[in-house]
Amino acid sequence: MFDIANIRSQFPILSETVYGKPLVYLDNGATTQKPQCVLDVVNDIYMHKNANIHRGVHHLSNVCTDLFEQARKTVARHINALSDAEIIFTRGTTEAINLLAFSFGETYCRPDDEIVITTMEHHANIVPWQMLCERKKMKLRVAKISDKGELDTDHLYSLLNERTRLVCVAHVSNVMGTVNPVKQIIGKAHAMGIPVLVDAAQSMPHKNIDVQDLDCDFMAFSGHKMYAPNGSGALYGKAKWLNEMVPYHGGGEMIEKVTFEKTTYNQLPFKFEAGTPDYISAIGLGRAIEFMEEIGMDNIERHEHELVKYAIERLGAIKDLRFIGEAADHSSAVSFLVGNIHPYDTGMILDKMGVAVRTGHHCAQPLMDRMGITGTVRASFAIYNTKEEIDKLVEAVERVRMMMM
Amino acid sequence: MTINEIQDEIAEEFSDYSDWMDKYSYLIEIGNDMPPYPEEHRVQQNVIEGCQSTVWINASLNDDKTLHFDADADAIIVKGIVGLLIRVLSEHTPDEILNADLYFIDKIGLKENLTPTRSNGLLAMIKQMKLYAMAFSVKG
Repeated sequence: MFDIANIRSQFPILSETVYGKPLVYLDNGATTQKPQCVLDVVNDIYMHKNANIHRGVHHLSNVCTDLFEQARKTVARHINALSDAEIIFTRGTTEAINLLAFSFGETYCRPDDEIVITTMEHHANIVPWQMLCERKKMKLRVAKISDKGELDTDHLYSLLNERTRLVCVAHVSNVMGTVNPVKQIIGKAHAMGIPVLVDAAQSMPHKNIDVQDLDCDFMAFSGHKMYAPNGSGALYGKAKWLNEMVPYHGGGEMIEKVTFEKTTYNQLPFKFEAGTPDYISAIGLGRAIEFMEEIGMDNIERHEHELVKYAIERLGAIKDLRFIGEAADHSSAVSFLVGNIHPYDTGMILDKMGVAVRTGHHCAQPLMDRMGITGTVRASFAIYNTKEEIDKLVEAVERVRMMMM
Repeated sequence: MTINEIQDEIAEEFSDYSDWMDKYSYLIEIGNDMPPYPEEHRVQQNVIEGCQSTVWINASLNDDKTLHFDADADAIIVKGIVGLLIRVLSEHTPDEILNADLYFIDKIGLKENLTPTRSNGLLAMIKQMKLYAMAFSVKG
């Protein structure tokens, strides 16, 4: 049973007003709000349990270490990883991809090798690979997309060759909501012996993810986009890769034995978690996942699918409005422009009406160039959004159109 | 009119609008009424590029040693804001521009556009106009 009123009541911030109007929060692709149960966990640790993990002999250190490792198990179970040692906690997707770009690059990449990405990637799945390519004198190959914002998989496959070291693809486009056929891409890449990274920042909050079923080699995601505290996230990697890869950061916790002559590294996953991790946010991430599972991932997906369908239908009826990204398989974000109104103008006026959306290039400038625009207005949804909120968005966009055209 | 007289006049005009929607409507009107930006000045060195909106500002010296500003922006509300700055600062001497205290921004409630993420809007525009004034004051 999907009880939206009950769900909303668990998010304290949703009862805030902005400029005297009820908050309509449609910027969930940037970050989601946090339910009381997650806030409670974080608060409880600071009030009653806090101590650094994996080090102390004392009681509280053991309590926190247990909670942290339980959170790792929760993440592993949630995405059906073979082992919780395959979950490396990071500050989010960006750090996860940077970690991979360094460690994978140092271990497996040589000059003239190639990395394949797509035109619709977030800068976090572009720039780390560009940096690797510069460092190693490699080539970045970019798969094309259609005018509707769908990936040209044939073009992607045509880029794969014996020099391709890794394919890096977004599961869901942060701008357009396009869902990419990652399972099919992974199958094709694997047939040529090429591993695949899935950027799941925009899919993990909305879908059931099974890394064994997808058979992806790596997956990166952010906790703060899925009801968890900031500074949480993870890189999933198959153990065979993670065992071979050199570490990213050096420091405490990631070592087995340090001498001035030579240092040997700790086992997985600690080899990749130098220094004190943000264990409290990671524990919060574990709680957020339980929160989502209590509602049911299928229920979440069904509710959000209805919202997107309704948003497309209602927004689509607005005169002069056009969508950026009209993929058949569409997840929880909708991008649009109204006539020749600049997205910043639209966003400023929506803001004053209490509707929070994101405007601009959404950290995807190459995608903007491809679509021949400088930015979009993006509404992105979460489990607590309602059709009434979409009505308010539509009303506000209508008002913008009246004011500006 | 002096810079401060113009600022007071703008503050007076905006005091008619209590609602932000009305203020935005007025800014849109100002933006739409701005003279066309000279195309020869639509060059990269005149761009104040922000995350959200692109702004062009060009300065030239009048015969009477005052400065003339032209500006354009791709977002109309931003264009209205730069239009206000031009109304306040254009056709004044570099010294007057450099010494101007732009209190009208606070008075009309534009200050919230000065938050760091939007600094490329208002703050960067003001900085660029004062830099032009400084450059021409050294030349003069």
